[in-house]
Amino acid sequence: MSKSIHKPGFVLGDALDIPTFKVLKQDGTLYKGAQEPEFDKEMALKLYDDLVFIRVLDERMVGAQRQGRIPFYLASLGEEAASVGSAGALKPQDMIFAQYREQGALRHRGFSVDQFMDQCFSNERDLGKGRQMPIHYGSKALNYNTISSPLGTQIPQAAGYAYGQKLDGIDACTICYFGEGAASEGDFHAGLNMAAVLKCPTIFLCRNNGYAISTPSAEQFSGDGVASRGIGYGIATLRVDGNDLLAVYAATVAARAYALEHNAPVLIEAMSYRLGAHSTSDDPTGYRSKDEEAQWAKKDPILRYKHWLTNKGWWSDEQEKTLYAEHRSNILAAMKAAEKRPVPTIDHLITDVYDEPTPHLRQQLKQLKAHMRKYPDQYPKTSGRLDA
Amino acid sequence: MSQMNLLQAINNALITAMEKDDKVVCFGEDVGHFGGVFRATSHLQEKFGRARCFNTPLTEQGIIGFANGLASQGHKAIAEIQFGDYIFPAFDQIVNETAKFRYRSGNEFNVGGLTIRTPYGGGIRGGHYHSQSPEAYFAHTPGLKIVVPRNPHQAKGLLLASIRDDNPVIFFEPKRLYRAAVGDVPEEDYELPIGVAETVREGQDCTLLAWGAQMEVASKAAERAEKEGIDCEVIDLRSILPWDVDAVVASVKKTGRLVVTHEAPLTNGFGAEIAATVQEQAFLSLEAPVSRVCGLDVPYPLSHEAEYMPDETKVFEAIVATMNY
Repeated sequence: MSKSIHKPGFVLGDALDIPTFKVLKQDGTLYKGAQEPEFDKEMALKLYDDLVFIRVLDERMVGAQRQGRIPFYLASLGEEAASVGSAGALKPQDMIFAQYREQGALRHRGFSVDQFMDQCFSNERDLGKGRQMPIHYGSKALNYNTISSPLGTQIPQAAGYAYGQKLDGIDACTICYFGEGAASEGDFHAGLNMAAVLKCPTIFLCRNNGYAISTPSAEQFSGDGVASRGIGYGIATLRVDGNDLLAVYAATVAARAYALEHNAPVLIEAMSYRLGAHSTSDDPTGYRSKDEEAQWAKKDPILRYKHWLTNKGWWSDEQEKTLYAEHRSNILAAMKAAEKRPVPTIDHLITDVYDEPTPHLRQQLKQLKAHMRKYPDQYPKTSGRLDA
Repeated sequence: MSQMNLLQAINNALITAMEKDDKVVCFGEDVGHFGGVFRATSHLQEKFGRARCFNTPLTEQGIIGFANGLASQGHKAIAEIQFGDYIFPAFDQIVNETAKFRYRSGNEFNVGGLTIRTPYGGGIRGGHYHSQSPEAYFAHTPGLKIVVPRNPHQAKGLLLASIRDDNPVIFFEPKRLYRAAVGDVPEEDYELPIGVAETVREGQDCTLLAWGAQMEVASKAAERAEKEGIDCEVIDLRSILPWDVDAVVASVKKTGRLVVTHEAPLTNGFGAEIAATVQEQAFLSLEAPVSRVCGLDVPYPLSHEAEYMPDETKVFEAIVATMNY
């Protein structure tokens, strides 16, 4: 029962005054009163390796798209710490539902450079059998639920997945990533409310990077960001500096413990900035200033984390050069190999629509193959392998 | 064998499924302690606990989104949408997510354990939003199965098959028959095949095809035609997707004539798909154009419900016209 008042008095959005959790300053030193998370040097370096891999991968793949070698790409420039730091705080058995800008989490789980390339080049080794656009990754082995383009759809799905984990009584939860733009979808409302009411151990991690394509967050919502809404749903909520890997890591460790202890969801709003274009089909110069981008470039999450590693004596300029060079050469080699691999055979056009192809799907494939035999030159990628 | 109405048969199927497999979970609006607005989920929460039968917040996109996640986790999710008319907020989850989950992931993930139950159809003075028959919207979506039972025996057997099928199924329940249709239903566990039509009456002159509640109308029209000396073959399609092309085409090749009837509006209704396929596969056998007796291309009306519905007289007239072509 809420307390009574006897004159109209509005509660305004800023009444919550939600603070931002920060651990690391840009120079790699800690804020006063902040604590380092409890991970060792090996883990610290693994996380740095993930960050650098993703930055190099994104750079190379944007280049590959510009050269016309892949149809599309979507980089996570400036937001690498949000996905790598949160994934690092989870257990391998936790399920990940991603939006599309969380390749860092997948890398952390162990998705190989070849697997990234096979998906982007839609070749016969792609786990998704070449059916979806580049960056729509997924892996059952790594508990990374396959990405789909429709925004926000994964949010109620993550609640349902976590409910199933709770029913099974296992030590596992679900994390669900999405951007602040996707949080305007009805599925955000549906998913958070269901997770709260049905008590699902789900971590909702919103990457608030300031823009949904060209739309600035001021045109996305007028309340106190996405975090304020979690409180309205009765969800434990935390806002964190998304460019601070140590803070994201610590926030996610706490969120996982809370979710499993209380069988309840947690919302984390990670404040960051989308340093790159939305995708290779977008040019941000039409809607924001170079000056704004330069301000945020100074807050580079990878650089900040590197300063911390260096301050601890765990990292040197020599190692830095070697690491970048190694990733560049591995990615380049994998790209060349993936590009040469053939696309999946035409039979995979009809598999997996159902558990078994229906008779009418078999009939349609049969008719298609007959047509392809008549006009093989029209379908050069697959016509040579019709009976494979 | 027991006498059950359609609701009791559905309730019996849900209990059977939940007893046999503890991965089966039922949820939706008001399905918990209350047992559903039609009582299809009566006593499930009592028998199996709140964790396996529960109310959700009032959000159709949430119910199906949640169900997709739960099914991809490995549970058998049975989601109820209170009326078929309110399935549209979940259209995106069903069409873009449910239907494509297995295909888009290369079978890394699937929601084969999902069944969506929803009451459909008119004849209960339900107006625009308690009367619709939305099956054709979903029939345009590869990856889904769509099933419609016509009586209690079918309801139990087809629902059990739908729950256990390793593909997502939308199970449309003819709510006009929930209490009106009563029949013998085996107490034991049984399944009826999905994708297979059933010939309920053999005949030589004209094939009459329908599904769900419309089967009652079709059967009465066939009886009336018989008095005029017309011998109809009546087929219950049972599954809209995948549909039993072979059974329908074989019947039309025998009779040379086809009347299809459904409650949903004519234009782009599933009758159009059937008519096109039959003219392609039985062209040389057809003695008359394929006739469609359907709802009008208007929102489902309240005061003119009787006039809107493809009733027995309209179906009978279509049979006579087809015979006299």
